[in-house]
Amino acid sequence: MDIGRPLVQTHELRMDYGQGTGAVHALDAVELAVAAGETLAIMGPSGCGKSTLLHLLGGLERPSAGEVRLQGERIDQLSERALARLRRDAIGFVFQAFHLMDELTAIENVELPALLAGASPRTARRRATELLDRVGLTDRAAHLPSALSGGQRQRVAVARALSNEPLLVLADEPTGNLDSTATLDVLRLFDDLRATGQTVVIVTHDARIAATADRLISMRDGAFVEETRLTHGSTGRLGALAGLEEG
Amino acid sequence: MGRILLVLRLAARDVRRHPAQAALLVATITAATATLTLGLVLHGVVQTPYKSTRAATAGPDVVARVAPPEPGPNGTPVGGSHASVNPAALNALTRARGVVAHSGPYTLADTTLTAHGTRAAVQAEGRDVAPATLDQPELTAGRWVRDGGVVVERAFADAFDVHTGDAVKVGGRSFRVTGIAVTAAMSPYPSAGSMVDGHVVHPGLVWLTRADARRLAVAQENVSYIMNLRLADPARAPAFVTAHEPSENESLNLNAPPGARPAVPPPPPPMLQSWTQLSDNAGNLVRNERRALLTGSWLLGLLALASVAVLVGGRMAGQLRRVGLLKAVGGTPGLVASVLLAEYVVLALVAAAAGLAIGRLTAPPLADPGAGLVGGAGGIPFGVVDVLVVIAVAVAVAVVATLVPAVRAARVSTVLALGDAARPPRRSARLIALSARLPVPLLLGLRVAGRRPRRSLLCAAGATITVAGIVAVLSAHAQLDAQRTTSALADPRTDRLSDVLALIAVMLVAQAAVNAVFITWATVLDARRTSALARALGATPGQVAAGLSAAQVLPALAGAIAGIPAGLGLFAAVSPDDAPTPSAWWLLATVAGTVVVVTALTAIPARASARQPVAAVLRSELA
Repeated sequence: MDIGRPLVQTHELRMDYGQGTGAVHALDAVELAVAAGETLAIMGPSGCGKSTLLHLLGGLERPSAGEVRLQGERIDQLSERALARLRRDAIGFVFQAFHLMDELTAIENVELPALLAGASPRTARRRATELLDRVGLTDRAAHLPSALSGGQRQRVAVARALSNEPLLVLADEPTGNLDSTATLDVLRLFDDLRATGQTVVIVTHDARIAATADRLISMRDGAFVEETRLTHGSTGRLGALAGLEEG
Repeated sequence: MGRILLVLRLAARDVRRHPAQAALLVATITAATATLTLGLVLHGVVQTPYKSTRAATAGPDVVARVAPPEPGPNGTPVGGSHASVNPAALNALTRARGVVAHSGPYTLADTTLTAHGTRAAVQAEGRDVAPATLDQPELTAGRWVRDGGVVVERAFADAFDVHTGDAVKVGGRSFRVTGIAVTAAMSPYPSAGSMVDGHVVHPGLVWLTRADARRLAVAQENVSYIMNLRLADPARAPAFVTAHEPSENESLNLNAPPGARPAVPPPPPPMLQSWTQLSDNAGNLVRNERRALLTGSWLLGLLALASVAVLVGGRMAGQLRRVGLLKAVGGTPGLVASVLLAEYVVLALVAAAAGLAIGRLTAPPLADPGAGLVGGAGGIPFGVVDVLVVIAVAVAVAVVATLVPAVRAARVSTVLALGDAARPPRRSARLIALSARLPVPLLLGLRVAGRRPRRSLLCAAGATITVAGIVAVLSAHAQLDAQRTTSALADPRTDRLSDVLALIAVMLVAQAAVNAVFITWATVLDARRTSALARALGATPGQVAAGLSAAQVLPALAGAIAGIPAGLGLFAAVSPDDAPTPSAWWLLATVAGTVVVVTALTAIPARASARQPVAAVLRSELA
């Protein structure tokens, strides 16, 4: 894997919820650099601040202090409008709860970001078809989310995150609601992304998921406590590595 | 008993938890019930002043009149040449069975009155200087008739702006206004009407001395005679009129075969009017107001229904967890539905009481019987039936709007209710495909609207009702304007009707505004997650806000356009004789105004919703 210059960087990043004695320090002076093409896993127990970090990286929330840079440009001071454009053009989100639009079919969900970005309906549909094919759901394109399994929904969500060919994919507990089989499907998908050079930041509390990344950061109480560079692929098949199937 | 108390206590607690919503709901239903109350009591409001006037003036039970036949299209009287109008034709009535007293006959000359440079048609009645025992007009100012003096009927004097002491000309002769009076023997100005040169003319009434009236009676065609009768039993006045009124052939002098008609036709038979007919005519003063108010009240009732349905639907979604808790602790579906129904029925009863009180207090000034009658309208009791109708309408609005959501909520599984599972949105594949071709705000707006078609339908229906009401008001104004051009005098009927129409228009707009706020509130809450998700995927706050507004504006636009033919049809149905169309510019302005108002009303909550922190919303939806 050719790891390039940092795509995402944070400096002295702090996030507090509440004020005074009731204030909660979700993030405490976090320094982070994610290289282009890198897959980074952030692990930690519930409430350690990993989801907050992900939201700050994606411009869904504004930090209490510190900086967030994407391709060297500060994004923490951008207007809401500029942040929306940034999310639309450069960032793809995958949520633990999938967050698919209930009334839209799989393909309509996948094409939505392209339509929001101003793509023609035909272009958006073609791109969505390709992505559904890539995640192995061509035959489920016309299904509503309620007719899909958890794993299939998450694969639709991944396809949707890739709709506008983002620089960065942010995944928040992407397998948190899935069973083992579905988890393996999603892991394979992220492995494919890593192989294609897609920059991915995955937040998880599951060590097996984290083991598939290039680098693993452990968090506790809003701060990084440990960083490990992993040698992905040296131990064999992905499923075996993640402990989801026998090697 | 314990169960009823429990239901009421739970309902009362829920009302206390959402006081603003409860207040808006009460206000919405109150507007409809107050207007309905006004419409229902308006007719009765005029009955009492007529009775007061009848008592004060020793009003007759029957008024008989002989008048020359109406001229036909070529100016020749219908049925033959001019007949001689003879007051002796009335004398036979004085001997009729049941008649115990009479006054007259009095000369009645069709002439004109000129004052302040304005001329208007009047009927000048010649009276004795001494007071009559039957139909002695009640002076409200000045003195009774004397030679060279004229007494003017009060409603006409008000319209003409003449007062005692003013110099006027009657039939070209100079007179001094000696008094202002009211009578129960003729309908107050401008109730009475007759055709002159193809136009409806509402002549005023003045009293002169017999000698002065005779001098004005210059030609046969403009003279008629009037006699007042008192019956032993006033209640039999309508039957007396029926028994003695001429047949159509008699009145047209067509009984004799054409060849056998005499050269000089017999005198025309007397025409009779009972006091009950005169009372009804006095009521006609407010007939159009009553009609407008009743129509307006039904429109407001429908708008209230739409508002309450949206409000209840929105609140029901928010109350799902509470429903689950009630069921989890042993509440049956029936209890749950009863609590939800009781809450809205109690609020509807409060609104009905408020509407009855407001309608009762507003009725007298709105339904002022005018200067033509004496006695105020303040002593009008509410009829029990009217009260029951108003209460029934209020409760029906609440029950119709609440029943389906209440039963649906009561039937939902306890586990789902405890989980507060959102109602799944509706999908319209055609709408989704269409929206993909539109700019982002319209794409989002159409999809938000398509998720809840019932709500969009209510939004459109609200706009249709409002615009239909406003178009009907505009049509009524167009009709009033056309009527005003035929008379130089102020017409108390049209002036008051204008006020009533303005009131209805304001109430419709206010009600529609409340409706739009309710719908936006429900939409914003319902689309909270969708909006946050759209922003996470790259929609700007402006696009999301515009989309939420568009979700209201698009159905409102469709509804407003539908409201134009609906309003024209409504007015044609209410006033089938003459239904003028307002100018196209006014109609276009109504549609444009509706869109602007809905946009403005939805903009603030839509913008507020579109600026909520995305992560917080998505987290809360996950929780």
